[in-house]
Amino acid sequence: MAQDYVKINIGPSHPAMHGTLRVIAETDGETIINAEPEIGYLHRGVEKLAESMTYHQFIPVTDRLNYCSAIPNNVAYEMAVEKLMGIEVPEKAQLIRVIMMELSRISDHIVCVGILGVDIGALTPFFYLFIQRETIYEMFEWYNGSRLTNTFGRIGGVEAPLFPGFEQKWIEFKPELMKAIDEMDKLLTHNRIWMDRTIGTTAFSAEDALNWGFTGPCLRACGVKRDLRRDEPYCMYDKFEFDIPVGKYGDVFDRYWVRMIEMYESIKIIDQAIEMYKALPDDAPLMAKVPKILKASEGEIYSAIESPNGELGFYLRGDGSDKPYRLKIRPPCYMVYQAFGELVNGEMVADLIACLSSLNVIAGELDR
Amino acid sequence: MQLLERIKGCLGGLIIDISEFHGDIAVEVDRFKIVEALTRLRDDESLSMNFLSDLFGLDNKAFYEKPKKKAKKGDAEGEEEEKPKELPPRFEVVYLLLSLKTNERMMVKIRVPEDDLEVSSVTSLYKAATWPEREAFDMFGIRFKGHPNLKRLLMWDDFPAYPLRKDYPLEGRGEERSLVYGD
Amino acid sequence: MEAWGVALIKVVFIWAWTLIIATLMTWVERRGSAMIQDRLGPNVCGPFGILQPLADGIKLFTKEDIVPEKAKKILFALGPIMFALPAFSAYAVIPFGDKIVIGGKEIILQVADVNIGFLYIMAIGAMSVYGIVVGGWGSNNKFSILGGLRSTAQLISYEVPFGLALLSVVIIYGTFSLREIVLHQQGTFLGFLPNWGIFKQPLGFILFIVTAYCEANRVPFDLPEAESEIVAGYHTEYGSMRLGLYLFGEYVNMYTLSALMVTLYFGGWHIPYIDMSKFLGPVAYGIASFLVFFLKTCFFLWLFVWVRWTVPRFRYDQVMSLGWKSLIPLALLNLFITAFLVQLTI
Repeated sequence: MAQDYVKINIGPSHPAMHGTLRVIAETDGETIINAEPEIGYLHRGVEKLAESMTYHQFIPVTDRLNYCSAIPNNVAYEMAVEKLMGIEVPEKAQLIRVIMMELSRISDHIVCVGILGVDIGALTPFFYLFIQRETIYEMFEWYNGSRLTNTFGRIGGVEAPLFPGFEQKWIEFKPELMKAIDEMDKLLTHNRIWMDRTIGTTAFSAEDALNWGFTGPCLRACGVKRDLRRDEPYCMYDKFEFDIPVGKYGDVFDRYWVRMIEMYESIKIIDQAIEMYKALPDDAPLMAKVPKILKASEGEIYSAIESPNGELGFYLRGDGSDKPYRLKIRPPCYMVYQAFGELVNGEMVADLIACLSSLNVIAGELDR
Repeated sequence: MQLLERIKGCLGGLIIDISEFHGDIAVEVDRFKIVEALTRLRDDESLSMNFLSDLFGLDNKAFYEKPKKKAKKGDAEGEEEEKPKELPPRFEVVYLLLSLKTNERMMVKIRVPEDDLEVSSVTSLYKAATWPEREAFDMFGIRFKGHPNLKRLLMWDDFPAYPLRKDYPLEGRGEERSLVYGD
Repeated sequence: MEAWGVALIKVVFIWAWTLIIATLMTWVERRGSAMIQDRLGPNVCGPFGILQPLADGIKLFTKEDIVPEKAKKILFALGPIMFALPAFSAYAVIPFGDKIVIGGKEIILQVADVNIGFLYIMAIGAMSVYGIVVGGWGSNNKFSILGGLRSTAQLISYEVPFGLALLSVVIIYGTFSLREIVLHQQGTFLGFLPNWGIFKQPLGFILFIVTAYCEANRVPFDLPEAESEIVAGYHTEYGSMRLGLYLFGEYVNMYTLSALMVTLYFGGWHIPYIDMSKFLGPVAYGIASFLVFFLKTCFFLWLFVWVRWTVPRFRYDQVMSLGWKSLIPLALLNLFITAFLVQLTI
């Protein structure tokens, strides 16, 4: 009897609907009978815009996709264009990209894990981590002048070497960061209430996850050991040593835990990358030879990287001009979020919020 | 190329066209056979393309109408009348596949003519196609037969056009001005 | 019987005092959370931002009073009043000090020493939920109704262990009067411990503090106003001083419950091992007992803040199962053991 259910409209303006998401949920008391996410409130037509912009001009637009971690978006796009043009990026530039991307991954996971805490009612750990995120943003700012929308890198390399004192800054920052993550770990992970709230909540099986196109931490939480950094190495990721954490049940706790471990792994990668960076000569090239006006030949490519959220792919088709003929972004959380209705079915309203935060749905890349 | 051979072996007669560009293989298949092609690719032991990474539409209108370098000015008028017959179907739907076993990727595409925009949905194979198909419908007007809930995804329900088509202007046509809010 | 004037002074004093404490608590909460979270907190208004509550008050009073068009106007207006009134009146039976002698007259530092103080607290405490439900219903907002319903369910489940925990105390002291319970807690217990309720009722205290957090709608039981889930719960539609009353009532409730904890389990105005009345003059003793009581209360008020910013929030069904499956059996067990032991010792 449908009229016995209460339809509640969560979002687009709701404190827990990050940005502009909207879920229409039919509830029986507090239990969700049917939830349907509705998207498009942040649709800016990025793909249409790309068709009227040159390859270079589009880089700043990619910042606005996943605004919590702009750098992997920039790099993913640049790598796609480089693949389309057949440009080989120098080693030094690749290392800088790795360092910046991993820093960005940490900052993205900080946001995700912190907000998950906030949405479950623990506000304090969020602040412990956000102070560290501030330092990461400071480092971004010192490198390329902006904090949130970095517009990092160029097609064919990066614009500048790491700023002097970067290593020193990192050495000072690393223990602080690890302490903050540890503190969060101590406050939440084994907290009884936290465990009750997260373990078993919106669990998802590995087959379902693959069928729905999950990637990234959400897929790894389901127990599938898949990480593009290891499976389809790019940017010299095959030369680094790092573990890929996997969960088991695909519930909120596993997603949280995978992200927590990944932060430690990213720290390991940055350490190694800085060592490799130091071993390179000072005058090693930062940019490949790139023509002033980039013109792609006719052809189509797809290039993907492991962004903090999962597989971030760019499909590009060139038509011989200096603008992409068609650009398609494959945002990681888009695929994850479409399964949202199935994920939260039968759970409670409070779980819906927890699930949403643990998926780390960013409206910018969801709607594009 | 090994992957190329395997794909040819798997799909056989279904292939209309196959191309490789910077290592990315794109296979064109008949649009009525897309479900069969994807099933075969998924179930093939040597390929096991079992992950649908993405699906999207593409409008070739501007590409076809772009003046070709080789075309001489004198012939242009004569060619104009012949062109519509030669033109391949206007729209494409591209399926990005990935094999989790071998970590290989490939693209499968189908061409959809403007006068018959219906293709079969692959949501029965991959649930991941649910929203991408809705988006392709939203942006290009390609209808997917058998989709559980085919309605607009990003634009509002009454939006009168298909914005990613090449004949839709970048700045829009001012549809938002006629948008009615509330009841 | 006391003179009318004295009673009036006490009423006004305790009313103003509660108001001041509640106001200051908003500041303590903000500064405290800032301290816990490595932030600064309000630090502009006055020294250490102590005038911030005043600024907040002015803001709340002068804001436009918005009533949603489709709200049930009478209920909407009634909600905050129904919530704040019981909160303010609950303190009447709780002592805030021993007694003070002014001009040869002995004045008990308690508004009313009723012999059924317990029942009064329970009855008045349960009243406040009507304010939440009525406000939630009157708002004509689904989130508000959800908040109101959560609050009702919470109160029904937690009033039982709350009452049972209190009943164990009554069995031990054999009285319903809160003042007499405090008087019983003087001296030592088993020769070395202070004769406080907590040492006689350790389990009872744990049950009491858990249920008290639930009664006060504080984290981890702040489900009725869980801002990340149901926007702001029952006060989603409220603004200006109507919202102020809700927020205020919450802090007053906290103060009442903290004072109750001190009264029942932490010896009221007694300092362990020291009898202040022996070496202090009657006036000084009155003031000292008041201060001791207040300091103890402050600790529990701070505990409220501390817990608020440390733990996450329960889910609705978990609150229910905790209440019915854990707390009520434990409270019954505690009651049984207490009764048994009391029977043995008599």
